[in-house]
Amino acid sequence: MIVSVARWCWHNPNAGASLIFLVGLFVLAILAPVVSPYAPTAQNVNNVLAEPSFAHLLGTDDLGRDVLSRLIHGAPATLYASFLAVSVACVIGIPVGLLAGFLGGWVDDVISRVIDTLLSFPGIVLAIGVTGALGIGLTNGMLAVGIVFSPQLARLVRAQTLVVKQELYVDAARCFGASLGRIIIRHITPNAIQPVIVQVTLLLAVALLAEASLSFLGLGVQPPHPSWGGMLARAYNYMEIAPEQMYSPGIAILLTALSFNTLGEALRVALDPTRRRR
Amino acid sequence: MRGQSRLIGRRLAQILPVIVLATFVVFGLLQLVPGDIAVTLAGENASDERIAEIRHGFGLDRPFLVQYASWLWNAAHLDLSRSYLSNEPVFDQIVHRFPTSLLIVCGAMVLSLVIGIPLGILAATKPGSRLDAAVTSFASLGVALPSFWLAMLLVATFALSWNWFPATGSVALSKDPTKAVLHAALPAIALAAGGVAEVVRQLRSALMEILSSQYVRTLHAKGLSPASILWKHGLKNVSVNLLTVVGLLVNRLLGATVVVEAVFAIPGMGSLIVHAAIHKDFPVVQGVVLSMVIIVICMNLLIDILYTILDPRVGLK
Repeated sequence: MIVSVARWCWHNPNAGASLIFLVGLFVLAILAPVVSPYAPTAQNVNNVLAEPSFAHLLGTDDLGRDVLSRLIHGAPATLYASFLAVSVACVIGIPVGLLAGFLGGWVDDVISRVIDTLLSFPGIVLAIGVTGALGIGLTNGMLAVGIVFSPQLARLVRAQTLVVKQELYVDAARCFGASLGRIIIRHITPNAIQPVIVQVTLLLAVALLAEASLSFLGLGVQPPHPSWGGMLARAYNYMEIAPEQMYSPGIAILLTALSFNTLGEALRVALDPTRRRR
Repeated sequence: MRGQSRLIGRRLAQILPVIVLATFVVFGLLQLVPGDIAVTLAGENASDERIAEIRHGFGLDRPFLVQYASWLWNAAHLDLSRSYLSNEPVFDQIVHRFPTSLLIVCGAMVLSLVIGIPLGILAATKPGSRLDAAVTSFASLGVALPSFWLAMLLVATFALSWNWFPATGSVALSKDPTKAVLHAALPAIALAAGGVAEVVRQLRSALMEILSSQYVRTLHAKGLSPASILWKHGLKNVSVNLLTVVGLLVNRLLGATVVVEAVFAIPGMGSLIVHAAIHKDFPVVQGVVLSMVIIVICMNLLIDILYTILDPRVGLK
């Protein structure tokens, strides 16, 4: 398993680099309290908007807080947010898509109409609306983003299920007297899941950008807790005095989103049966 | 021709349930509010009479479906009720702010297509080349780039350091077209980065699929030059895919503009909904979400109809 992953990474340097970056980010997020040089909310009014130095590798923000420490402590919030949103999307989208694809008939008609409708909403706008209704906060915001993503997954799973349910082994299972639940769980799901894995990886990047946007707008992570989007919102206020404040959070968002995307695209190629590696 | 008009008629009939469902979702947002909305609206330390008054005043004491029906009836007559905060009619606020956002979205759309289409064609005609690699990596970067961060970088560089563009605000197109475009330029560029990436990715994969198809091989075999294969046959077929991309872009840009407007302090739809969401001004939130989803649904309908007119294969099915 590990050997084959390592070999795959060796042949896809981009995917390998992304994987290493993401694993590193996870470790950093878990070890955040240990590795960050300062507390993320420790203020020092005598040293605001400082240039990078040995004491503060990325400088300090407008309240004298260490930017590197806030960046490190922003990582767990960001990853939590992305995975929460995508998990919600999976929990809603995958079963709904399976049901629509497998049952067909009026169930499929109704579900497909609902999917069409939900896909017509600009995602972030609906997420802002849901967050406003549920109450402002990171968890509510990401629940909203997850709900907004779920029709994408449902549509994908439905299309896959429509193909897989025609397969001979599904008929065979039915002849053996397998129950509906068993057919769906043991036979349809494992064979329909590959493109979903790719889509989930790509959605992680979109969720990350959505979290950053919501926090930037003041609808996500609430101060004084650090988040990359929130850091950008603060840096925006001091753009004329200290433009360098906005580089590090932005680059962190960009690199993480890029890594999820690169990994997703590489997975698509690796899992695609029509594109065999030479 | 008969088949086409019947198809268009069926599309129109299909759109109705989608619109009704969308309004239901928009109205249902209110049901997500934890606890009693009247208590939330009355604020802290409100008396029971005040809460009851608010509940009755906004019709919150009626059954859900009755509330929905009357809201829908009013919305159909362009009455989206009044803002809880300013007591202004929501519809007027939206009409007032929409042109600003529309100018930015249209600018971003034009930029995305004008830059994205040539890049996508170039990349698809030379797959595996250095140019293709450069365009593809540019596209992946564009997808991962947070548009509001790009907007901040643009403001810092072009507005604050070089003074080429105004940093904040907007001007109505009817008042001063030049100034309006200057104000909308940076936000449109910030939005277009993601748009260009989307256009390039979709166009490249669609064109590559066509260029590797059986009939293009036949065209090669009968001795047609690669240039005329591309221009006469490739692009004609790809133009249908472009319509799909435009539909995707409308949805995407309308969403992204909400965030980018915050960077430029532009009084458009974005600041309207963000301010309303933070201050629990639900009618405004509902109004903005509703108007955006109606725009997207109508655009999709328009694109579907254009499909049936432009692509003779659609009518045959």
